[in-house]
Amino acid sequence: MLRILHQIFRTGIVTEPLPSAVEAEIEGTGARLEEAVRRRFCRSLTIRQVDAGSCNGCELEIHAINNPIYNCERFGIHFTASPRFADMLLVTGPVSRNMEIALRRTYNATPAPKLVVAVGDCGYNGGIFGENYASLGGVGKIIPVDVYIHGCPPTPAAILRGILRAVEK
Amino acid sequence: MTTLNNTITSAFGGDAKQDTGQYPTPPIPPFDKGGAGGVTAYQVPREWFVNVAKVMKTADARLVAEWATDESPFGRGFGIYACYAKDSEYLIVKTYTPLEDPAFPSLTKKFVSAYRFERQMKSLMGVVPVGHPDLRPWIKHEDWPEDAYPLRKTFDASKPMPRVKGEYPFIKAEGEGVYEIPVGPVHAGIIEPGHFRFQAVGEDIINLEERLGYVHKGIEKRFETLSWKEGARLAGRVSGDSTVAHSLAYCRAVEATSPFIPLHEGDRGRLPERAEWLRALMLERERIANHLGDLGGICNDVAFAFLLYQFSILKEKLLRTNHKIFGHRFMMDRIIPGGVTVDISKDAKEEILAEMDWLTNEFERLVTIYDENPSLEDRVRDAGILTPEKAKELGVVGFVARASGQNIDCRIQNPFPPYNIIVPKITVLQSGDVHARAWVRIEEIRESIRIVRAILYGLPDGDITVKFNPPSPDKAGFAVVEGWRGEIVYWIHSGALGEINRCMVRDPSSVNWIALEQSIHGNIVPDFPLCNKSFNQSYSGNDL
Ligand code: SF4
Repeated sequence: MLRILHQIFRTGIVTEPLPSAVEAEIEGTGARLEEAVRRRFCRSLTIRQVDAGSCNGCELEIHAINNPIYNCERFGIHFTASPRFADMLLVTGPVSRNMEIALRRTYNATPAPKLVVAVGDCGYNGGIFGENYASLGGVGKIIPVDVYIHGCPPTPAAILRGILRAVEK
Repeated sequence: MTTLNNTITSAFGGDAKQDTGQYPTPPIPPFDKGGAGGVTAYQVPREWFVNVAKVMKTADARLVAEWATDESPFGRGFGIYACYAKDSEYLIVKTYTPLEDPAFPSLTKKFVSAYRFERQMKSLMGVVPVGHPDLRPWIKHEDWPEDAYPLRKTFDASKPMPRVKGEYPFIKAEGEGVYEIPVGPVHAGIIEPGHFRFQAVGEDIINLEERLGYVHKGIEKRFETLSWKEGARLAGRVSGDSTVAHSLAYCRAVEATSPFIPLHEGDRGRLPERAEWLRALMLERERIANHLGDLGGICNDVAFAFLLYQFSILKEKLLRTNHKIFGHRFMMDRIIPGGVTVDISKDAKEEILAEMDWLTNEFERLVTIYDENPSLEDRVRDAGILTPEKAKELGVVGFVARASGQNIDCRIQNPFPPYNIIVPKITVLQSGDVHARAWVRIEEIRESIRIVRAILYGLPDGDITVKFNPPSPDKAGFAVVEGWRGEIVYWIHSGALGEINRCMVRDPSSVNWIALEQSIHGNIVPDFPLCNKSFNQSYSGNDL
């Protein structure tokens, strides 16, 4: 137990700005996010993530925005297990034909008004997987999308920026 | 010691023909052990396909992969392939079936891993494993038309697969008090989709059946529309967390088909050593980052979020260094046929060395906390046991295998530079529980840190690319690479115009997923997330 306390003490607050342009940018994005979330979503933006066929690369970066360095919770962003509580769907991947129905169901189960953010080049137009018998292409082909976040995968900072664009819309 | 090579020739004599047409002879250095990528290939008559399996089983070989090709452009019908391995030897056995009679004898009586391989072959290529007891579709979903076989050359892949009515018959356990819990495909957390069906009595799981294929994107078919260079990008997206390992395995398979064009006199016509070493550097960094993430995930699933945060900080810092030095957080697209796209400067080298010192320090502190925490230990010990016997029977690979007594790691068994010089120390544990799978990762992080340092100290000077020579028509290439999850296998075949005719991908997950099913019996339902995390197999790599 002592070791744990010691480690906590040593680690300090890692979300403090590290000396880099990225950090400054995240702080900037974060402040605006916090403000928008406060104004439009009563301080709490609840996100349901849906992997509609991704390679898992985008998921890794979405995980990263939850890590203590980006710590998106401090801006009022929470991830939820149920689409019924979600304000936003964060969808990755080209939509695979075998996930199409599950994606539509999740969308329908999310209460209106709902925001849909498509993450990654795949979410935009299918990326390298393109369109074929099994990959239906971008998320917008299946459900209405509010904001696209480009990148393969987009960096955590880019994901935060994309979420901001959606809530400021 | 009898090799698989000797075994097959002594059992079948001249009827097992060594295939020298598709694989270059003499082998391209440094693959001087067999044909391409240290593999030998044989062709046998169709009825003997299973007899070879019998002989291989007796010789204690493992079934690495089984796949089918459509070689009708060459007038050869369907090719049916099986790859076996024992110690450092890989051996491919193939046979052909006519297009109008695409049947072959099933290997399921000999090898458990053949179950899913052959269901997949049937589902996607429409070749029929005769004697297979379970021909439900795999990867293919029940709402695809029965006769839609996307890997056949006659299949029009440009239109979405139509939907038909169909139901997937799950295996049912019956008895008093048995109830069913279906989970997924969309899960609670930020993870990939898949369906799990539990049958339980009270809290105890008596059966688990996985049903995957949700993220099937038609990757193998997609390869056939790409150039060899673009293929490396696609390989790097088969499973995003293993982008380095997959693109490396793909490139090595492609490179195995044809010698490089010597740039000047005395050029060995092979990959520059510096490129090989940089590839290994990235591979080890990928291993460290993913293992760190997994350790955090395992701790989180036993309600020890503190360590999740700590491990994820370490991982994040490594990714940032990747971004700074290699230009991408996961090092995607840095490995191409013929070399790598980034070199590292002297400063970068110093920076990575310093980072490794820092990492060792921080990591060891966390390991001590992990190791000294009794409530954590309580949960991870004896949970989700995969016994060494089961592991061997199932033919699992990677840390899952090593946590269950199997001494396999293709950095040892099929080394390429620098692993022939910097030999990894392999940790093998026997208990096969969640703890063992976590602890093997801990040891592998330590070892990878050592390897990263050794690579940087010994990094040879020279070029980082060489002019890559695309394969000529009808050539095959094979490669295995030990990614962080385990052995990744690629087999490629060039078409009549030298294009990609077939690219077979076998992620470790294709053989390891079934081990999760097998290790969960007798555990309680609430322990499933923890057990699952300790395996952490890829959905995308499995579903393709
Ligand atoms: S955008 Fe890139 S990282 Fe994201 S799912 Fe597609 S291939 Fe993977």
